[in-house]
Amino acid sequence: MSSENPPGAQLPVVTPARVLAGLSLLLPVVAMLWVSSYTKATPELGGLPFFYWYQLAWVPASAIFTVAAYLLLRRDELARKAAAGGDAA
Amino acid sequence: MNHSGVNWTALTVFLLFFVLVTVMGFLASRWRRADNAQHLDEWGLGGRSFGTWVTWFLLGGDLYTAYTFVAVPALIYGAGAAGFFAVPYTIIAYPLVFLFLPRLWSVSRVHGYVTPADFVKGRYGSKSLSLVVALTGILATMPYIALQLVGIQAVLDVLGVGGSADSNWFVKDLPLFLAFAVLAAYTYSSGLRAPALIAFVKDTLVYLVIIVAVIYIPMRLGGYGAIFDSAAQKFSAVNPATGKPVGSLITGPKAQWTYATLAFGSALALFMYPHSVTGVLASKSRNTVRRNMAIMPAYSLMLGLLALLGFMAIAAGVGKGVKGFNPQLSVPQLFENMFPDWFTGVAFAAIGIGALVPAAIMSIAAANLFTRNIYKEYLKPTATPADETKVAKLASLLVKVGALAFVLLMDKQFAINLQLLGGIWILQTFVSIVGGLFTRWFHRWALLAGWAVGMGYGTWKAYGVSSAATKHFGGSSAEIPGVGEIGYIGLTAFVLNVLVTVVLTLALRALKAPEGADETSRADYTAEAPPASPVKVPAPSDSPDSPEAPEPAVAH
Repeated sequence: MSSENPPGAQLPVVTPARVLAGLSLLLPVVAMLWVSSYTKATPELGGLPFFYWYQLAWVPASAIFTVAAYLLLRRDELARKAAAGGDAA
Repeated sequence: MNHSGVNWTALTVFLLFFVLVTVMGFLASRWRRADNAQHLDEWGLGGRSFGTWVTWFLLGGDLYTAYTFVAVPALIYGAGAAGFFAVPYTIIAYPLVFLFLPRLWSVSRVHGYVTPADFVKGRYGSKSLSLVVALTGILATMPYIALQLVGIQAVLDVLGVGGSADSNWFVKDLPLFLAFAVLAAYTYSSGLRAPALIAFVKDTLVYLVIIVAVIYIPMRLGGYGAIFDSAAQKFSAVNPATGKPVGSLITGPKAQWTYATLAFGSALALFMYPHSVTGVLASKSRNTVRRNMAIMPAYSLMLGLLALLGFMAIAAGVGKGVKGFNPQLSVPQLFENMFPDWFTGVAFAAIGIGALVPAAIMSIAAANLFTRNIYKEYLKPTATPADETKVAKLASLLVKVGALAFVLLMDKQFAINLQLLGGIWILQTFVSIVGGLFTRWFHRWALLAGWAVGMGYGTWKAYGVSSAATKHFGGSSAEIPGVGEIGYIGLTAFVLNVLVTVVLTLALRALKAPEGADETSRADYTAEAPPASPVKVPAPSDSPDSPEAPEPAVAH
C-alpha cells in the first residue's frame, strides 16, 4: 500500500500503540531470561517451590500480554487502513 | 523393564483410539475438500484454509510432540530444575514469533511460497542460500520424526507389547511397523488435513490426561509438598563419578546462564523448523496467526504441568532400585502404576497419537521442502503443481521409511544426539529467514558464510560434549567463549553467525558484489489474502482473478 499513497496520508512508523505492543511482548521475555529473579524455593504455593509456580504463573500472564499486543496492533492496522484507504481506491 | 505381561485392558483402550484416528485420517481427505486437489497447496498446506481453532489444534499437535511428553519429564526425573527450561522456552517463544510470523504468512500468501526456503529464494534471488535452508530443514526434521517413534516405543514397552530384548527384532518391532504403515498411508492420501483432524483427538486426550494426572496422582502421593520432599532427597544424593549432587530442585547460580540461553535459543529455533512453518502457512489469515500466538500458551501450561510428572515419578518410586532404568519410561511407568488400567490405556493413546500427528506434519514439511526446493529447483524445473503433489506424496513416504530405518537399525541414542544437533542447526537459518522478513540489507553471500560458520561451530562444539550415555554430542551446552559461562551451543553459534553475516555484508557492499533480485515488495509483508487485496492491482497477472484486477478494490 505504501508505494501508492502520498506519504502525507500515512501514520508514522512509531505510534504509541506499536510501542505499547512491543513492550507487552518484551516483558515476558525479559522476565523469563532474568533467571536469578526466581531461582529460590520460597515462598511455596500449595507445596510447589517458588521456582516452579512462578514460571507456571507466567504462562497465563504472557498470554494476556500477547492478547494486549494483538488488540493494540489490530487497532493500529485499522487506523492505518483508514488513513490510507481513501486514497487507495 | 521386566513386565508381568501384557496389560490387556490398557492395550484394548489404546487400540480403540488408534483405530478411531486411523479412520479419521483416511476420512480427512474429504474434509473441506478443495476445488483443485492436485495443487500442492491442498495436500501440503491443507488449502491454506484453516481458521483460528483448527490452527490452534494443529500447531499444538505439531509442536508439543510425544517425544516432548516423554523427554521433558524424563529430564526432570533425572536432573530436576534444569529440565524445566522447557517452560520459559515456550513462554518466550510466542511473544517473539508474534513479531515476524504474520510477515512470513503475508509474503508467502502473496507469492505462493510453501516452504521457508521458497521465501529465501524469492527474497534474495539466491538458489544456493535457498538450498542450504531447505537441506538444514530436512536434516533437522528427520531425527525429530525418528524420535516420535521413540515416544511410541516407550508406551508399547510399558504396555508389554514388543520392546523386550529377548524376542527377535521382527516381533519386537512389529507394532511400530504397523503404526507407521498406517500413518504413512493416510498422510499419503489426505495430506495435512489428516493430522489437522486427528490433532483434535490428540489434544483433547492430552489435556484430559494431564489434568487428571496432576490432580489424581498427587492425591495418592500425599500432595505436592511430599512430592518435592522426596525429589529433594533424591537429588541431594552424590554421584560417585563426579562427586557432585545428581541434580537440584532449584537452578544453581552456575546453571543460570545455561537455563536462560537454552530457553532463549530454543525459542528462536522453534518456528524455524519446517513443520512449524507448515502449520502457520496453512492458516487462512494474518490475524489467525496472531490470535494463535496469544492462545498457544494454553499448551505451555500443559507442558509445565506435565514436567511436574517427572517429580511425581520420583515420589512414586518409579525405577527405584532398577539398575540402568531408562528415564524415558518414567512417565509411562508412572501412569501404569497409578492409574486404573482403562485410564492407562487412554493416557497411552494420548502419547501414541501425540506421536502420529507431529510425525505426519514433519514428513509433509520435509516432503514440501524436497519437492519445492530440490526437485523443482534442480531436477525438473518444468514440474506442474500436480507433479509437485505427486512427488511430495512419495517423498513423505520415503521420509517416514527413513525415520523408521533410523530407529530400528541405529542406536536410539544416535537419534537423540542428532535431534539435539538439529536444534542447533535449524537456528542457523534464523538470520536468512527472519532477517529477510524485515530488511534486505544482509548480503546473500554473507548469509551463506554466516550459516556455514554457525553450523560448523555448533557441530564441532556439540561433538566435544560427552555424557554418561554417549561420548560425543552428549548435551547442547558448552562454555561461551569470552563470557566464561556455560551456555547453549546453538545460541553461541547463532551469535557468531550474525557477526560473520554483518561483517561480510559490510565488506561485500563496499565491494559492490551483485545483490541478487528481490521479487518481493514492501507491501507484500503486510498483505492480507491476495485475491481481495488491492496491493497487487497494478501488476498484470495471469491468475484467474485478473479480469477483476483493474477494478479498483474497495477499501476495507
